[in-house]
Amino acid sequence: MNTAYVSALDVTAGLVLFAAVMTLWRRGVRTIVSILGVQGLSLSAVALVLAIHEHDTALLVTGGLVLVLKGIVIPGLLLRASRLDPKSRETRPLVNVPASLVAAAVLIVLSYVVSARITSLAPSDATRLVPLGMATILVGYFMLVTRRRAVSKIVGLILVDNGIGLVAYLLTSGVPFIVELGSSIDVLLVVVVLQFLMVSMGRHSDVDVLTERRELRD
Amino acid sequence: MLLVMIVAIPLAMTLAAMVCPWSPWLGRASGLASAGVLALGIWLSALTMTTPRWGAAHLMRADSLSAFMVVVIGSVSVLATSFTSRTMSQEIASGATTARHARHYVILMQVFITCMLIAVLSANLGVVWISIEATTIATTFLVSHRRTSGAFEASWKYVILCSVGIALAFLGTVLIYYGELHASGGHVASLNWTSLMAAAPHLDPRVTRLGFALLVVGYGTKVGLVPMHSWLPDAHSQAPAPVSALMSGVLLSVAFYALLRFRAVVQIALGPTFPRVALLMVGVASLLVATAMLIAQRDLKRMLAYSSIEHMGLMAVGAAVGSPLAIAAVLLHVLGHGITKAVLFLSAGEIYQLEGTTEIDRISGLLARRPVLGGIFGFALMSLVAFPPFSLFVSELSMARAEVDAGLSWVVAVSLACLAVVFAAVLRHGRHLLMGSRGDGESPSVLDRSAASMLVGALVVCVALGVLSWPVQSLLWHAAHQVTP
Repeated sequence: MNTAYVSALDVTAGLVLFAAVMTLWRRGVRTIVSILGVQGLSLSAVALVLAIHEHDTALLVTGGLVLVLKGIVIPGLLLRASRLDPKSRETRPLVNVPASLVAAAVLIVLSYVVSARITSLAPSDATRLVPLGMATILVGYFMLVTRRRAVSKIVGLILVDNGIGLVAYLLTSGVPFIVELGSSIDVLLVVVVLQFLMVSMGRHSDVDVLTERRELRD
Repeated sequence: MLLVMIVAIPLAMTLAAMVCPWSPWLGRASGLASAGVLALGIWLSALTMTTPRWGAAHLMRADSLSAFMVVVIGSVSVLATSFTSRTMSQEIASGATTARHARHYVILMQVFITCMLIAVLSANLGVVWISIEATTIATTFLVSHRRTSGAFEASWKYVILCSVGIALAFLGTVLIYYGELHASGGHVASLNWTSLMAAAPHLDPRVTRLGFALLVVGYGTKVGLVPMHSWLPDAHSQAPAPVSALMSGVLLSVAFYALLRFRAVVQIALGPTFPRVALLMVGVASLLVATAMLIAQRDLKRMLAYSSIEHMGLMAVGAAVGSPLAIAAVLLHVLGHGITKAVLFLSAGEIYQLEGTTEIDRISGLLARRPVLGGIFGFALMSLVAFPPFSLFVSELSMARAEVDAGLSWVVAVSLACLAVVFAAVLRHGRHLLMGSRGDGESPSVLDRSAASMLVGALVVCVALGVLSWPVQSLLWHAAHQVTP
């Protein structure tokens, strides 16, 4: 039982980070969004594995919520937004793909260094994996900074959020349920708002969308 | 019950705006709703002076700090929402917006106010985070209300930067929760303010340090502190004037309120040095950056936005000191700055209506052509640069005194140097706007009597806060003691 739990946790948490790195590797926006969906499913699997192991009903509900929201609804919304422009690709990232993958490796090492001071407080099978969550957060920030397309920026934002979710499940078996619920709704709304802005600006066909516009400055 | 009622007022107003079509009455009703919030806030301050109150099955809690924040939110939103029907009628008349969007505007303003009230009345610091993030969502559409490409660009930057920043604050909250869980032996932890304060002495220092650093950068984004401040001038300059007034006047301070709460926890856990260094770093950096940007500013609303960054930097420095005197001064500064900034943004909105631009170079002779509007704007600028007898003078002086008491004389020197430069820069811009003459006679908008008296009244309140110590002083002290262990 215990070894099955440990390996299930290893695999699901590992998948979350693996998906994050994959988003840096692929260029097709639709592919990236699909990978994001896989990451959402893995994240909910982490929550469910922990919930079953610790007999935690609140976490079980959280896992279900994450499954629907981050596995299905948010990727679905983004797919619909990117369908307006089917051939969209991340053509000119500020850092090219091979360099991004090297950067991801560096970020993963960095996250092990940062996490050591946190996990030493309560070492366990779950907290041992916290660096994976930290690395996902850092990869998300890297994506936000180096990718130019609007959809890629939104994906980066969700990577950060998923990483924080993973850290929260592994460290504390999830934050109090009301906080979890509220923050999930917030994330969903942010995605809806960003999608609305993207559509309103009607700049899908341009390569370097909103992010390079410089109308406002000092 | 009282706590629920305070939140229920803007919520009811939201629902009313959802079912009623737009009419100027809707705007007036939302002004009345805010006045109701202010009245209940003052009542709440009187009630919570001695003991905190709980509400909604212990989900909500108000001590005198929360009550004070309700008063601040109430005062600024009375000013901002009173201008709703006026601003919207002008925009509909000029074809800048439609009745449908005017109604959306009323709804979103009330949602925005509701979120801020929930943030300051929540017992749970996780819920505080949720409501502050929710304000971002509500205000996005308010920033993009004008639907120009500049407005959309500002909203996009605003959402991306604030969501990214505030995500860090969530990670910080998770780490503090982890510390609390561990301190209580893994049994009871809730992120509730009271339980967190009880667990504070036992929090693990390393986790707490990392958590607080993340919180400072994260909430610092919403406060408008360097290094994550770049959304602020764009959003504040693109939003309609009443929205800028609310965002600059209170939203920044509500995010600051979250930092004040966490600072108290961290001070117990780690001692005063770590939170002091962290807040001093962002505070002084914000002061310096804002001062530099203010000197060469060419746009009126951007000038006001950078001045907000400057004042938030001052408050961060005050909070870094952390003595009761410093916190009380910071809180007085929150109120004084909120009201002054609201008056300035609202009169800047009138100036925009009048001139069709907010470029400083293209406006002059305001005082000769529009004595009332020009006069209000001039006095509000004097309040902003902390002329006595306005309350900002008192709060800045008290902060400086607290800093000297804490042995931070170099901070006082830096702040005063920055303030002197800001003083000169703002007055130079102000002189250009107000003085001189340009005889083009006809102008489309006139500040009517009720609008003008609201603004004058607000300035009188600023003076009163600076001159009279009763009854605000005892409220400030009680509020400051809530977050100074």
